[in-house]
Amino acid sequence: MSEPIITLKDVSKKFETRGGTVHALKDINLDIQPGDAQGIIGLSGAGKSTLVRCINLLEEPTEGKVIFDGKSLTGLSRKELNIERRKMAMIFQQFNLLMQRDAIGNICFPLEIAGVPKAEARKKAMELLKIVDLEDRAHSYPSQLSGGQKQRVAIARALATDPKVLLCDEATSALDPKTTRAILELLKKINKELGITLVVITHEMDVIKQVCNKVAIIEKGEIVEKGNVQDVFTKPKSQAARKLFFPDEREKKTEHRATTKHRVRLVYDTQNAYEPIISNMILELKAPINILYANMDVVNDIQKGQMVICLADDAQMAERQKQYLRDQKVEFIEIEEEGEDE
Amino acid sequence: METSVLIGLLWTGLLETLYMTIVSTLVAYIIGLPIGVSLVLTDPNGIRPVSWYNKIVGFVVNVIRSVPFLILMIALMPYVRMVIGTGIGTQATVAVLIVAAAPFVARLVEQSLKEVDPGVIEAAQSMGASTLTIVTKVLLTEARPSLLNGAAVSTITILGYSAMAGVVGGGGLGDLAIKYGMYRYETTIMWITVVVLVILVQILQEIGIKVAHKLDNRI
Repeated sequence: MSEPIITLKDVSKKFETRGGTVHALKDINLDIQPGDAQGIIGLSGAGKSTLVRCINLLEEPTEGKVIFDGKSLTGLSRKELNIERRKMAMIFQQFNLLMQRDAIGNICFPLEIAGVPKAEARKKAMELLKIVDLEDRAHSYPSQLSGGQKQRVAIARALATDPKVLLCDEATSALDPKTTRAILELLKKINKELGITLVVITHEMDVIKQVCNKVAIIEKGEIVEKGNVQDVFTKPKSQAARKLFFPDEREKKTEHRATTKHRVRLVYDTQNAYEPIISNMILELKAPINILYANMDVVNDIQKGQMVICLADDAQMAERQKQYLRDQKVEFIEIEEEGEDE
Repeated sequence: METSVLIGLLWTGLLETLYMTIVSTLVAYIIGLPIGVSLVLTDPNGIRPVSWYNKIVGFVVNVIRSVPFLILMIALMPYVRMVIGTGIGTQATVAVLIVAAAPFVARLVEQSLKEVDPGVIEAAQSMGASTLTIVTKVLLTEARPSLLNGAAVSTITILGYSAMAGVVGGGGLGDLAIKYGMYRYETTIMWITVVVLVILVQILQEIGIKVAHKLDNRI
C-alpha cells in the first residue's frame, strides 16, 4: 500500500456557541489512499461537512493533524496553506460560482489565483469545458445555467489547477435524480481516468454505492465504521451502517415483529444468485422460510443482492438452516431482536 | 430680477452644486470604501476577524453618522477654517461633506458586501485565494450591482447635504435658494432651485439604476 494522500490524525473540532461547547468532531483518524474514492456518509449534523472542511483547513481543527501529500497542513502559514490548497479542489452543494462571471471566467478564476497567464488559462478552461461537456455554454452566466450545468462548471473549475484531490461536499444534494446520476458518472470518470482522489461527502447511500470504493460512516462527530464499500455493505458492523445501507429493513422488522424470531440478512454476489439456494434449502430441510425483503443493488460496479428471510420458528431447525447457508458459503448476518434503538 | 441674471445665478449654483457633490462623493468613496471593506473582513464572521478593530471603527462610524449634518457642519467649522483658510464657500462645504459622507459610504459598502454569498467566498478560499484577491475579485465584483445602487444613494444624499450647507453660506443651489428665496422673499428663485434639485436627483437615480442593471450578469 502506498503512502496515504490525506491523513487525519486524532482530529477534533470544538465550536464555542452560546449554548456551550459543541464537539463537532471527536478523534477522527482516517487515511485516504491516492486514487481512492473515499465516501464519508452520515446524517445531517453528524459532522461530515466540518470533517471535509478540516481537510483543506477551511475549518481549523481544534486538535490533531492533517497531513496532505506528505506535508502537515496544520501549522502552515497562510501563504503556504494557500499554495497547498491549489492542489486540493472542492465542489459544493450550492455550486458557489461567481455570479458575475460567465462559465469560462469562473473556470479561469483558480488559474488567475495561481498566476497562470490569461491566454493559457483560457485555453485550459476551454479544454475543461470539453471534459464536462459544456463547450457551447462557455459564455453563459450561472443564472442562465441549470443546476446540473452549474455543477459541471464548478467541476471544471475545480479541475483547472490539476488537483490531486477533489473534495465533494454534498455535490449532488441540490440536483434531481437524473442529473445526480450524470454528475456522479462524471465524478467517477474523473476518479478513474484522471486518477484524482475523491472525497465524497453525502447523506445518501446511493451516492456511495455509485462512486466510492471506500467508505467511512460518521455519527455524532465520530467515525463508527470504515472500510471497503463492498465489505461494509456485505457485513456492516455498526448500527449506523445498517441504518444507512438498509433503511427499508427497519420497516420490515417492525411489521413482522410478532412472527419473527430468527431473521437473517443474506448478501450475495450475482454469480451465486444463479443458484436457487433458498428453494434448495426449503426442499432439502423441508422447513418453510419466509422472505421478508429482497433487493438488487449495484455497489461500486458490482451487482449485489440482499434478502431478509425469516427462518423456522423451531430453534433447532433454524440452526440447521443457518448451517445450510454457511455450507453454501452465503454471507449472512443475524438480525437481533434486542438492543434496538428506536 | 432680469432673466439673464437669474439664469446666470442658477447656472453658477448648479455648477457649484455638481462640483461639491461629485468631489465629495469621490473622496468619500476613497475613504469609505476601504473602511467598509475592512469592516466586512474584520467582522466576527468575516474572513479575517479582528474584534477590537471592528468594534472601534464601527463605533466611530456610528457616532459621526448620528450627528445631524447641520450640527456637524457648525462643529467642524473652526477646523475647516484652520485647514483650508475659510469657513464658507464650496471648498469648506466639500471638506465637511467628506467627513459626513465617508462613514455613510462605509456602512453602505459594508451592507453591499455582506450580501455576497458566503459560499462563494468559501469557494475562493478553497482555491487558495489571498485576502486581497477575495476582496478585489470576489467581494467587490460580486457586489458590483449593489455597490452601484449604493453609490447612487450616496450621491443623492450628498447632494441633499450640499444644499443644506447653503444655510451657512456653503455655495451652490442651496445657498441660492436661501439667500434669494428666504432672505429676500424671492420665492420664484427658491422654487426654481428646488425644481432643479429634484431633476438632478431624478437623473442621478436613473443613471444609478441603469448602470447597476447593465453591469449585473445575474439577469
